[in-house]
Amino acid sequence: MSACKRLLSDVKLWSFGRSRWTSRTHEGEHRKQWPPAAGKLLRSMVVRGKALLSTCPKVCVVGGGPAGFYTAQHLIKDVQVDVYERLPVPFGLVRFGVAPDHPEVKNVINTFTQTAKHSRCSFYGNVNVGKDVSVAELLRSYHAVVLSYGAEGNRSVGVPGEHLSGVYSAKDFVGWYNGLPSCRELDPDLSCDTAVVLGQGNVALDVARILLSPLDILKKTDITQPALEALAASRVRSVLIVGRRGPLQVACTIKELREMVTLPGTRPEMTPSDFEGVKDALKDLPRPRKRLTELMMKTALERPGEKEQERWNSASRVWGFRFFRSPVEVLPDAEGKKVAAVRLAVNRLEGSGEGAQAVRSGDVEDVPCGLVISSIGYKSLPIDAGVPFDSRRAIVPNSMGRVQQVLGLYCSGWLKTGPTGVIATTMNNSFDTARSLMEDMDSGKLDVSAEKPGSLRIRALLEEKGVEPVVFSDWEKIDSLEVRRGEARGKPREKLLSVEEMLAVARS
Amino acid sequence: MAASAAVRTSMGLTLRLSRLIPDCSTCPFYRLKSCGNSSASLQRRGSFDSFRTTNRHLQTTIGLCREEDSSTAEDPEEVVNVVYIDRSGRRIPVKAKVGDNVLYLAHKHGIPLEGACEASLACSTCHVYVSDAHFDKLPEPEEREDDMLDMAPMLQETSRLGCQIVLTPELDGIELTLPKITRNFYVDGHVPKPH
Repeated sequence: MSACKRLLSDVKLWSFGRSRWTSRTHEGEHRKQWPPAAGKLLRSMVVRGKALLSTCPKVCVVGGGPAGFYTAQHLIKDVQVDVYERLPVPFGLVRFGVAPDHPEVKNVINTFTQTAKHSRCSFYGNVNVGKDVSVAELLRSYHAVVLSYGAEGNRSVGVPGEHLSGVYSAKDFVGWYNGLPSCRELDPDLSCDTAVVLGQGNVALDVARILLSPLDILKKTDITQPALEALAASRVRSVLIVGRRGPLQVACTIKELREMVTLPGTRPEMTPSDFEGVKDALKDLPRPRKRLTELMMKTALERPGEKEQERWNSASRVWGFRFFRSPVEVLPDAEGKKVAAVRLAVNRLEGSGEGAQAVRSGDVEDVPCGLVISSIGYKSLPIDAGVPFDSRRAIVPNSMGRVQQVLGLYCSGWLKTGPTGVIATTMNNSFDTARSLMEDMDSGKLDVSAEKPGSLRIRALLEEKGVEPVVFSDWEKIDSLEVRRGEARGKPREKLLSVEEMLAVARS
Repeated sequence: MAASAAVRTSMGLTLRLSRLIPDCSTCPFYRLKSCGNSSASLQRRGSFDSFRTTNRHLQTTIGLCREEDSSTAEDPEEVVNVVYIDRSGRRIPVKAKVGDNVLYLAHKHGIPLEGACEASLACSTCHVYVSDAHFDKLPEPEEREDDMLDMAPMLQETSRLGCQIVLTPELDGIELTLPKITRNFYVDGHVPKPH
């Protein structure tokens, strides 16, 4: 958008906006016209304003998820921000990671939408940074580049049999039920009785909950239709959530645990001896850990109340934590292609609290199962050889969001700190990076005096390669189609499942 | 400068048009702090700066505006004086009224208190510290609020979620501090958060 147009739309947004928005609240009412006298004044301002806005700093954000949008939100106060996203659709893990039965967590999309529609923000989907355009080219075209592309890989368990049929990463399983295009073909086999989830964080609990939730609950969510049909036919009755350490080291949080404990149609089954010594440690724990542990102990050790006992008695599905167990092998069935069991080594703990270490005791046990989902962590991947990458920690090395080796390069979100944290954590993290960037602009460390071509140049480069970005209004076409399709089924939305479909709707 | 005159004129037009607005819930200006109550101050300033950076603290969380919400109460018994203390330590006094929600009140006054989940107890971004004198006057948090508070960084004894605090007369003088986003977030031995 040229500087003039931007100024004009800025003015419109600011002083015109209210009448426009008022008229939108009344259905069918024709939009109010801008009064002619003021319009004349506006046009004279445009000429004067052009000079002002051509020095507006331009920043590029790579990745259209929470980190990208929170970083943009903080920057658009003073700066033009262009957000580039590989998929045609924005919002990253809010769309593809948050569980379908957690719609309130997705409310943050409204905030991101407002940011995207701000006059100083532009969204460009369907652009693969690293392939369609390099980070070096972005650095040439913008005053600063913020990498916020998150963690699309996963940590591998590193045991024999990990690649057998029936073994999936939680990232892929979650991507499958949430409609991530690359996970569309996953087609997990849910015909077995027992599923083993490796890892005891919130993602592990999400997977367990989705596997065991009553259909009545799931069918009203935005879970994809193929996943819903697969779960309707699922014969999985028992989910074991396995962790190498003990109850005091689980990485999940109380909200997710409470959801498992109260999940209709299910009952919990834990090993009381796993909780030896835990009661004594309670008093020294910080509040979040204490409340979490108390709930776990209550579930594992105490007799339930009458109503709960009734629910447990009539439950057809069961779940439980298995502590002090590390996977050492995934065992195949007779034909050698599919998982038939997981061999778990028994651990004991050395040390206590967060720093406790799991040490092999020498015993093993085999757990028969037909589905293994490893939920031991996501992992960031390097997308451009020009960007420094710490492969041991799988992050872009940085100090408070500044990539030291490259002037003008920053990072935010999981790429900056590693793949842990909820949306609120990412929010703080992104605001921090934005603050570092603003400091650098104010101090002169980042030279913003020279004009940069920004998206004008990048779009020209993309056009040469035949890449057509999806702008935010194109996404809105996809969004409203998904919502309309969902309405027909009593769901908040029915997601489009392939990039081709998304692009077809975007271009229509 | 002609430009600022134009701005003032256009603001005047907008203000007149604004009297027709029936409710603020879909208006981004309610969130951008340019809505009815505070646009008067923007008009007085009239400088080009106020035009370029409409709102230094761009508040982009959508808040649902309650119909009776108004930051100017008529009845003195309805007035609740609130002080927000932002992350830089700046004190922002606000005249609120009984029944106001602390999160949406903050939005109305351009205080950068996020409300990512829009008051549905699914996040902890509206985390505030309540002044000691008033903390005990608040009703006990429900279990779901405690669960979400557990996720908030730098939890303190007087931590509450802003979206769950509704003003009553006995909360007059309450001070709400926004937790600092420390640079040493992960350096103080803090355990990496689950996700």
